[in-house]
Amino acid sequence: MENLVESKDVSFTYGFRPVLKGINMTVPRGKVVCIMGLSGCGKTTLLRLIGGALKPRHGEVRVNGRVVNLLKRDALYAMRRKLGMLYQFGALFTDMTALDNVAFQIREHTDLPEDMVEDLALMKLNAVGLRGAHHRMPAELSGGMARRVALARAIALDPTLIMYDEPFTGLDPISLGVISNLLRRLNDTLGATSIVVTHDVQETLKLVDYVYFMADGAIVAQGTPDEIRESKAPFVHQFIWGEVDGPLPFHMPGAPYASDLMLEGTRG
Amino acid sequence: MVEPVLDSLRGVGHRVVNGIWRLGYASGFLLMTLVRSGTSFQRFQLTIKEIYSAGVLSLIIIIVSGLFVGMVLGLQGYETLQKYGSSEAVGTLVALSLTRELGPVVAALLFASRAGSAMTAEIGLMKATEQISAMEMMAVDPIARVIGPRFWGGVISMPLLAAIFSAVGVFGGYLVAVVLIGIDAGAFWSQMQNAVDFRQDIVNGIIKSVVFGFAVTAIALFEGYDAPPTAEGVSGATTRTVVTSSLAILGLDFVLTAFMFRGI
Repeated sequence: MENLVESKDVSFTYGFRPVLKGINMTVPRGKVVCIMGLSGCGKTTLLRLIGGALKPRHGEVRVNGRVVNLLKRDALYAMRRKLGMLYQFGALFTDMTALDNVAFQIREHTDLPEDMVEDLALMKLNAVGLRGAHHRMPAELSGGMARRVALARAIALDPTLIMYDEPFTGLDPISLGVISNLLRRLNDTLGATSIVVTHDVQETLKLVDYVYFMADGAIVAQGTPDEIRESKAPFVHQFIWGEVDGPLPFHMPGAPYASDLMLEGTRG
Repeated sequence: MVEPVLDSLRGVGHRVVNGIWRLGYASGFLLMTLVRSGTSFQRFQLTIKEIYSAGVLSLIIIIVSGLFVGMVLGLQGYETLQKYGSSEAVGTLVALSLTRELGPVVAALLFASRAGSAMTAEIGLMKATEQISAMEMMAVDPIARVIGPRFWGGVISMPLLAAIFSAVGVFGGYLVAVVLIGIDAGAFWSQMQNAVDFRQDIVNGIIKSVVFGFAVTAIALFEGYDAPPTAEGVSGATTRTVVTSSLAILGLDFVLTAFMFRGI
């Protein structure tokens, strides 16, 4: 099977508010695929649908050929064991050291002896360059380091699918470079498939294989990084080059400015 | 004219429906916690860790409060009893008050404010920082792994804390009545021994504290799990834990007392 993840005509609503509208997307095995779009356009919701944390209102999400939204709890948990997810701010367990965070899944899902669990966790920490910080608590790690420990935790059981939710947000340029290099390197070394949700354009276009652009809950453009860079679509152009005004207006629709400032009627 | 009345009626209706829905959700949560409690006992070290957090770390406040409550009971009891010439009965008064009522109730109120609020804040923050959903995504059930051990840790800790509260309280009463005021130690202890019945007083007190532990821990964990993932949401949930638990303790105490001591 060529595609690891397939989303067919997926729609989702929070209450009465439509968040996703007919999303069709495929993620081929071994590739790094990026979902880009403004904050609140439904990117993270799509990740949650793939992970089975939410169920679509219409359509289906398939991971490894199985429809995620139809899986029973045990089957869903079995699917999740092959899935790693990096959260926006790491979501490390604050009452555990970096080593215990990485070892958490190994301890929960295997019966390996403790010294082997610790060796495996140290190897994962070594892969992200933080073996020396294995004894630190999450509060003692910088934002970039916490994200790297969380990355080590996400790959603890060598997942086939790694999902990254805004991995570059709030990082300094060095940490950002480290995370983006790791992202590509881990994907290729582990033979995994990655989905990156982000709005960090320039960094992402350097490392991914394919890009989906989302706006207002729908996919509005897609293509390889080169195709995206050369795209003439007004929305993509505005997004890539960070233009203040365009198809997405700078001002939210509202009452006339003069009436909000109560200037009407004073102009003679 | 009619619209404001309809609006307030709609508001009341909305609150009632919300309240019933939340009660149903809380019952489902409690049931789920009980059904998935296997992990708490198969990996008992997880529960022991929570007994430490909820129980051992609450010891200071329980011991100090128990001592002062016992000492105050000794002073007040002596003051009243001596008017009737039966000041030796102060030991009986202190022991019965503590084992039947004050031990379980005050210890549970302190437990709600010390351990219950901490549980709510911890679970609420775990949710707000996506630790709970990260755990779910790692195919680890947070109800079994996080909620269960805390629930049983609280339920096991509560009667032990109430027993310690009562014991220290009796000692506080002894300090005031015998050491400070000078009542005969033999009379103090023997009257207490004669008056306190193991089944009627001690066991009933233990039953009360188990029920309170069950209620406080369930409320604290539910409020944390249901807290909106914001700073305001977590602080509101922590307040609700203390208020709801305290009311539940006092309400349940009345019901339990009515059943236990009705004929005495």
